[in-house]
Parts: sequence; structure tokens; C-alpha cells
Amino acid sequence: MKHVTNFDKNSLDLLMPMHLILDATGAVCGVGPTLCKLRREMELLGSNVFDIFELRDDGRKKGDTLLPTDKKLYLTFKDGVATTLKGIATALEGRDGLLLNLSFGISVVEAVREYRLTAGDFAPTDLAVEMLYLVEAKSAVLEETKQLNMRLQGAKVAAEEQAFTDTLTGLKNRRAMDHVLKRMIRGAIPFALMHLDLDYFKDVNDTLGHAAGDAVLQRIAKVLVEETRDDDMVARVGGDEFILVLHKMTDKDRLMKTAQRIISQLEVPVPFGDTVCRISGSIGITTTDFYEAIDPDQMIHDADTALYASKHQGRARANMYEHGMTSK
Amino acid sequence: MHGMINRAIQCFLRDTYGPQIWADVAVQADLGFDNFEAMLNYPDGITIKLLATAARNLSKPVDAMLEDIGTYLVSHPNVEAIRRLLRFGGNEYREFLFSLNEIEGRSRLALPDLEVPKLEIFENPDGTHTLTCLHSMPGFGYAMVGVMRAMADDYGALVFLEHQGWRDSGEEIINIQLLEECFAEGRSFDLSAQAV
Repeated sequence: MKHVTNFDKNSLDLLMPMHLILDATGAVCGVGPTLCKLRREMELLGSNVFDIFELRDDGRKKGDTLLPTDKKLYLTFKDGVATTLKGIATALEGRDGLLLNLSFGISVVEAVREYRLTAGDFAPTDLAVEMLYLVEAKSAVLEETKQLNMRLQGAKVAAEEQAFTDTLTGLKNRRAMDHVLKRMIRGAIPFALMHLDLDYFKDVNDTLGHAAGDAVLQRIAKVLVEETRDDDMVARVGGDEFILVLHKMTDKDRLMKTAQRIISQLEVPVPFGDTVCRISGSIGITTTDFYEAIDPDQMIHDADTALYASKHQGRARANMYEHGMTSK
Repeated sequence: MHGMINRAIQCFLRDTYGPQIWADVAVQADLGFDNFEAMLNYPDGITIKLLATAARNLSKPVDAMLEDIGTYLVSHPNVEAIRRLLRFGGNEYREFLFSLNEIEGRSRLALPDLEVPKLEIFENPDGTHTLTCLHSMPGFGYAMVGVMRAMADDYGALVFLEHQGWRDSGEEIINIQLLEECFAEGRSFDLSAQAV
């Protein structure tokens, strides 16, 4: 019925390289070879297990033995690197004291690095080496996946950016503008909408060719970006038409000044080959202050009406939209 | 915050309240995209804004919503993998509770970037248990209450859980009274995922 087995030290070291043998008082009187790689054997031998380790179990009933023998134990070194070991204790046949078998549990990855352990430090039946293998393989795959994700994310952002960008000028396009207007209206952010239409641009295209026209457009894009702030948005919405959305700027004087500054910058001649291109621009402005309910189409229409008034006044002008203004 | 956490909030909203609510929340929180990617990282501010926006849409306090998220993570069939990983913690509820001590280390083995809360559980002299929970996102303890409540159902245990607020050092305190280990028949669990 009863199965009595006695192990000599060699067998015990082979089967449980991380065991401790404790006497009835808890003093260590035997140490497995792998544990000797964690702390010097001389320090362990004779010391009390409760002085070496902070001990935790799952907080159930206290046995009359030194350590509970019916459940998982967690032992953390009090001095030095605070490695936590997992273990189970069992009574010894024919004598007082306990056999305590330990393993690394989840601390195995750090422990192997910290204590420079090798495969020979684990019992052949211990799954630690398989676990290390798995963690290493998983980390390599995870790293690859992470890299792939970043590449895909980068490609996605670039594609979206492209879909919202006017390729000639690098400004935003109409789609991007619709998006921004919708977002600002949803967020109840006040803004001004400035519609700019170039004057004499057709003449440049007709007399000097498209390359000159492109050079002018690129120069204008630069002017518009320079004359606006980071929160503002500049979009090219037609061949020679631009819409500026000016974030939280509804003051009439400031807007008119900005518009005048833009027009005078546009009038700076653009060198092209051995000649120069001269253009100008007309502007119409409206702001969210004019409306009870804000409709982006209505605002674009009203800015357009104000722009028409500027053209009518002889170009190179700017006008704020006013109620009653007509585009006829 | 890790994409896993953001993605979990998204799936909770989608699976519990429908795709329209998720779409509304994504727009109102001004995410600028339709879906979180589980394997990307996002700034913490996004998660906080996401939670506030979602709670407003559901007309719920954030705490209550976080608790619902915790329950969802364990009980919804779409995220069965999480329940399974938690059941690896032990054969009975008490063992599961103590396995929470190891959650941080275990998840670090799997996903080193994932910020799992620092959890510590101990038994009080009166026989109840206390869980402390520390995480960069305040309120994670409420999600843990949801997780532990749903896991009690999973094990068939009867528990009383109470979030007791914050310590000055930032940990959230949860009191756990395990009234009956085998109160009802829990859900079955097999270590092998393929077992029938």
C-alpha cells in the first residue's frame, strides 16, 4: 500500500535541481545545484527559509507543518535581485522537515538572463526550455507583425494624404475642404471662409503656356500658406480658385487686412524664363457670425457673391459678404 | 494606450449597442479614423476622450460603463479568448483571484507593450479579500470589478464586490467577499482549446 522511496542527493539533484531541504525549524540543510547559481550555497545552508524569502501562498488554512504542503507557494528573495519562485513543499518520510521543490514560473525569462542559466540547469522533464523557445519565437513573430503594421499604417496615412491633396500645389483639395468645414461646424468652431479667384491668370496661360501657369500657381500656394496660420486651411478648389478657411477669425478688420496683404503679395511679379508673369486676385469673405444655422454650401455661395462684387469693382479687391448683396 | 485596450472599448460599444453608436462615438471623439488597430499604439488622450464620449452617448457614468466593459470582456462570445486566458488562473474562483497577482507577468510574456494594471490581492483578517489596482488610466479598477463579477458567474461562485475608491498613492481598492465557492454550476472549461 505505502510506497516508500528514498532518494540519494544525486538523484534528487537530477530530478529537482531547484529543491531545498529544510529541517524542523525551517533551516536549510540541502540545496539543489540550480539554486546554487542564484545564491551562494554557503549563504543558503543553515539560514532560515523565512529569512531568505518573502513567502506568500494563496492565503488559505494554516497547517501545523512549517510550510503548507497542499498548495502553490510563492517565494521572493529578500536580498539582491527579487526573483520570485513558485514551489510546493512536501513532508519527508521518516524524519522532520520538508522537501521544497521550486521553479521559476513566469520569471523564467528574466531569471535565465540574470543568472546566466543553461539548458543543463533545468530538469529534462521541466518545460522551461520549451517555454523559452516559445517566448523567443513569439517575440520574433510579434516584432515582424509590428513592423508590418507600421508600414501599412504609413502607407494608409500617405494614401489618405494624397486623396486630400492637390498634387500641383501641395495645398488641400475640395474633398479635404468639405471634410474640414464639416468638422468645424460640428465642433461649433467659428471661422471665416475666404474665396480667392485669380485675375489675369488666363492671360499668363495663353501667352506664356501652361508651364508658366504652373509656376504661378505654385508661387501662389506658397504665398497663401505663408499668409495663413497652422490652424487655417488653404484649398485649391478650381483651376485658379482657392478657398481659405480661417480658424476662429471672424473680425472684419483683421480679415480685410489679411485679404489686402494676400492680394499685394499675389501682385509681386513671378519670374519665368527671361520674362515675368503678373497676376492679381479678387476675394470674397464670409464668416460664421452671419448665420444662425451654419450651412457650408450657403457660406461658399455667399463668399462667391462677395467675390463677384470685388470683380465688379475692378478686380484686385476684397469684400465682406453683406445681407442683400447679389451676384447679379 | 495600447491598441488592444482601445480596440476592446470599440468592440464593447459595437457588440453591445450596435455599429451606429460606435460610428457616432468615433465621429464625436474626433478620432479621424473608423477603427482602432489592435497592434498599434495610440496616445493616452485618445482613450480618455473616447471613454468620456462613449459614456455621454450611453448616458451612463464612466465608472458604470467601465464596469460593463469588464463584464463584456469575460462574457461576450466575440472575446472568448480573454475568458479562456483568465480561466488558466485556477480551478476554482479563489485560485483565480490569487492568479491576478501573476497577470502582469503573464501578459508581459505574451505582449510586452500592453500596459496591464499592477494587481495585488491579499486576504484580510476578517476573511474578505482586497485587490489593489494601479494603472495609468484611472478607473481601470471599475473594469476589474466587472471582470471579477463575470468570472464569478463563470466559476459559479457567489461574490460581493465593492470598489472602495482610491489611495493617495493612486491605487484603486476593491473589496471582495467570497460568499460561496460553488453557488451555481459555472461554465465548463478545458485547458485544451480544441477539446470537445
